[in-house]
Amino acid sequence: MSVAAADAYVEAELTERRHGFRTRWYRTPAFVAGVTIVGTILLLAILAPQIAPYDPTKQDLQNILADPSSKHWLGTDQLGRDVWSRMLFAARVDLRVGFLAVLLPFLIGTTLGALAGYYGRYGDTIISRVAEVVVAFPFYVLVIAMVFVLGPGTRNIYLAVTMVGWVSYMRIIRGEVLVQKRQEYTLAAQAAGLSNPRIIVRHLLPNVITQAIVFAMSDIVLDILLIVTLGYLGLGIQPPTPDWGTMIADGQTFLTVKWQLSTIPGVAVVITGLGLSLIGDGLADLLRPE
Amino acid sequence: MSAPILDVRDLRVELPLSRGTVHAVDGASIQVEAGEAFGLVGESGCGKSMTLRAIMGLLPRPGHIVGGEVLFEGEDLVTASPRRLRDVRGGLIAMIFQEPMTALNPVMRVGDQIAEAPQVHLGLSRTAARERALDLMRRVGIPDPVRRARAYPHELSGGLRQRIMIAIALSCDPKLILCDEPTTALDVTIQDQILKLLLNLRREFGVSVVFVTHDLAVVAETCERLAVMYAGQIVETGTVDEVFREPRHPYTLGLLRSVPDFDSVQDSLSAIQGAPPDLVLPPPGCRFHPRCPFAQDDCISGEFPLRPLSVGRATACIHSDACAADVARRPVVAADA
Repeated sequence: MSVAAADAYVEAELTERRHGFRTRWYRTPAFVAGVTIVGTILLLAILAPQIAPYDPTKQDLQNILADPSSKHWLGTDQLGRDVWSRMLFAARVDLRVGFLAVLLPFLIGTTLGALAGYYGRYGDTIISRVAEVVVAFPFYVLVIAMVFVLGPGTRNIYLAVTMVGWVSYMRIIRGEVLVQKRQEYTLAAQAAGLSNPRIIVRHLLPNVITQAIVFAMSDIVLDILLIVTLGYLGLGIQPPTPDWGTMIADGQTFLTVKWQLSTIPGVAVVITGLGLSLIGDGLADLLRPE
Repeated sequence: MSAPILDVRDLRVELPLSRGTVHAVDGASIQVEAGEAFGLVGESGCGKSMTLRAIMGLLPRPGHIVGGEVLFEGEDLVTASPRRLRDVRGGLIAMIFQEPMTALNPVMRVGDQIAEAPQVHLGLSRTAARERALDLMRRVGIPDPVRRARAYPHELSGGLRQRIMIAIALSCDPKLILCDEPTTALDVTIQDQILKLLLNLRREFGVSVVFVTHDLAVVAETCERLAVMYAGQIVETGTVDEVFREPRHPYTLGLLRSVPDFDSVQDSLSAIQGAPPDLVLPPPGCRFHPRCPFAQDDCISGEFPLRPLSVGRATACIHSDACAADVARRPVVAADA
């Protein structure tokens, strides 16, 4: 093969392989569907103050438990509050808490996992044993117990979720780092005289972080479910702040007469969860190394 | 002869495993002169890669150095601090690996990978390091370096990847490059190009090169001197010319006889009998005696250190005459070679 031919070959290969994430994402149906769903809900949540027809906390006791009408699209609840407005504002709260509740466990778990996986020895033993103790308890029981002790409220939800949630990220990253540090490129980086922190941050993390990101997507779903569950149990977001979980719990009393009060927020939770799971699946497909 | 740039003395590396301690390197000594190309030859598992990694202080766990010295320009690297070792690695001694696909970070642009070490070791700015990377890519013969620098390893061919590895190795002007089977993973035509490139760069940069390989052809083409390693020990040293023409250790002879060569006078391939010994419990005496065609009673026990034959030439075999006689009967290299 002449040099020119070899060059042309490499050239062709280069342009073909370049069709990476940027040009491939819209051909992954799961990812597109997920982004559409979550994007729509996010947009509605962000624009809630503009598009909500009523104040979500304003009571109208003359007009309680109204059926859906042109005035109140989804009807009103037991205190005469507009359900559509409450749905929009609840989305703001639940999505924000869901995303934020994933952020801290993600950062802490990833850091600890990378350290435990790379350095091994005592640090690894300690981190892994603590993680085992944490996972030995059922997730919900532990979080509910902690929120019960710490008291309800968003800050304590973050705290409780972080104390339990870091374990999954730590295990994912630790396992991946254990595999990657045996790869020759890690040895090559060491042989090039790079420091360990630099090898972890610049070489190992970019190779392992996708797994944690994909997991984070489904973890947001779990956290939203958790907040909704806590809200249902009265341990979550405190009234009058609207939240899907509290709405489901409140509507329960009227399930036989006004089934939509519980069902509408329930469906919203399911759709959001579906959207985030689809993004997670799509990302896993897109980011999977060749 | 001036002081060698790398002087490994009586190096011993052990790996304590559950089934026993593996004596991976057992008293190996090699000297590499400044500007020289040196070959370290042996079959898989003979300890040659372990020797390289011990020199770099990068032994896989639980392996560790239990004895000996690694003198680099007179400085013992075995007792050097981790900080000093990091400066030496990449800065003074660089390494090239067998598989350029796995030895490059798959999610980092190759240009950045070349530019990384100069930023750490030479204190270059990002821009200066990038410039240097492009210059190095040009010097190792990568066409269109500006565009290639933005490529990821999987977007490049094997030959180009190995050139990137070489550029990384050269990036901080090292004095010594250790090559661990640098061409084994490449196909023959590319192999030849890479070896020629390494030889040219060696002259251009005035760097010493150690080739670790099982491929005698690579050594013949590139090196001036070589050491033959067997079961963790050096069994023969000398210039490539002398050792290939007149091997004085039956293991070297066996290796040479088992190379298929169309030009050679030999009409049949002869493989070395038996299998390499288990390094947990190596055979007593000369470690090659169970497989040796010339073994005598006195080979079964005792120590077999290298003994000098002439200047710069040594063998561990006490019956090297038998080897010489065999070569005289049936030359290993064609007379006109």
